[in-house]
Amino acid sequence: MSIQNTPPKTGGFIPRDYDWQPKALTPPYKTSIKRSPQSALLSFPTTLSEETSPVFGQNLTGELDNDLIHNYAATGQNAIGPRIIVHGRVLDENGRGVPGALLEFWQANAGGRYRHKNEGYLASLDPNFGGCGRTITADDGSYEFRTIQPGPYPWPNGMNDWRPAHIHFSIFGHGFAQRLITQMYFEGDPHIKLCPIVGILKTQEAIDALTAPLDMNRTVPMDSRAYKFDIVLRGRRQTYFENRKEGM
Amino acid sequence: MVQKLNTYLRESPSQTAGPYVHIGCTPNFTGIEIYGSDLGATMKTGPVNGEEITIKGTVFDGMGTPLRDAMIEIWQPDAAGLFPSANETRGAPDPNFTGFGRSAGDMDTGEFTFETVKPGAVPFPDGRMQAPHITAWIVARGINIGLHTRIYFEDESEANSVDPILTRLEHQRRIQTLLARKETDGNYRFDIHLQGANETVFFDI
Repeated sequence: MSIQNTPPKTGGFIPRDYDWQPKALTPPYKTSIKRSPQSALLSFPTTLSEETSPVFGQNLTGELDNDLIHNYAATGQNAIGPRIIVHGRVLDENGRGVPGALLEFWQANAGGRYRHKNEGYLASLDPNFGGCGRTITADDGSYEFRTIQPGPYPWPNGMNDWRPAHIHFSIFGHGFAQRLITQMYFEGDPHIKLCPIVGILKTQEAIDALTAPLDMNRTVPMDSRAYKFDIVLRGRRQTYFENRKEGM
Repeated sequence: MVQKLNTYLRESPSQTAGPYVHIGCTPNFTGIEIYGSDLGATMKTGPVNGEEITIKGTVFDGMGTPLRDAMIEIWQPDAAGLFPSANETRGAPDPNFTGFGRSAGDMDTGEFTFETVKPGAVPFPDGRMQAPHITAWIVARGINIGLHTRIYFEDESEANSVDPILTRLEHQRRIQTLLARKETDGNYRFDIHLQGANETVFFDI
């Protein structure tokens, strides 16, 4: 068999770029001060422990898991707020779609209030909005869910800090090394440039990578606007030459 | 000038899980009952092979205060060292073991609990055996990027002494931070210190 006709073998995961990712200690985001490790991280190539990951099949998710407008609402009711569709693809650093990725998302309601016992903001709860959902990417890495646009809200950090409207994402890829939690922001939100949590990002390019544009091509006329949010997970090295024992 | 490496994408930047991570990841724990159960709440779906163990622990900040808003995930092979994963090519893993656990910690104390099995050994890429270990991942408000660490076992001293990663630690005293302590048979404690003299070893892996 000629090696020229065989795709390169899959190696370990490409190391995480810590020049690009935020630092652990970011004093303007005050809580990071006592929750950030101070010793250097111990760097190692990935092993089977990080190159494998739990498998979540389509049978995990229920019919309304990707519909936050209805998944907590009473029968015949809707969550209150601007109706939006969030869609995009989960890709790896090599640009390939990641199929079967589990996405979990959570957010405040349209007034900026979370459904949580520790939440102290005076904005009202919406009885028809829970604030969480999940979905699994299709064969090409694409995903979609429906929700209401969350509101900005104040939080105790500086005297007058407000979070931009955002949706939290938790993502499982194919290897535990890819495990990632991040946040999606909305194009045009003036709070983005004021927020100390956005401010931990090192470059405008990094902020842009988390800011979803309005996508008129995916809006549903007279129903919902759409925002597009692609997510990139770590990729694996491709190599003819990596020296690995069989089956590893 | 050279060709651009522009065919590669950059990993999405991490952002903190925030104070309400439990709404999204363990909604039943917060009283939002949309899914049947919280993901990772049960690691054993039937009779399992190997030694069944309980691991408890607490995540502490740099002041020694327990975190009560963290989420801890673990991922491990079964008792034979096989992962319940699509990427496992070395054999058939225990069908009643998921390998994945997720804990929000106790509402009042922050203590997390995992009911699992003692993992089997897994090889390093060069073929040497690693000591039995569990991969752990910690997120919370104030943690900007999820922290990877490993839970090794105090009572595996022979395997630990030749483990390819543990033997490479510059400050050998810090190995103590990676060892689950045996409290009684089948019961282990693994506390995590984000900062300070006993700071846990975290991994860039």
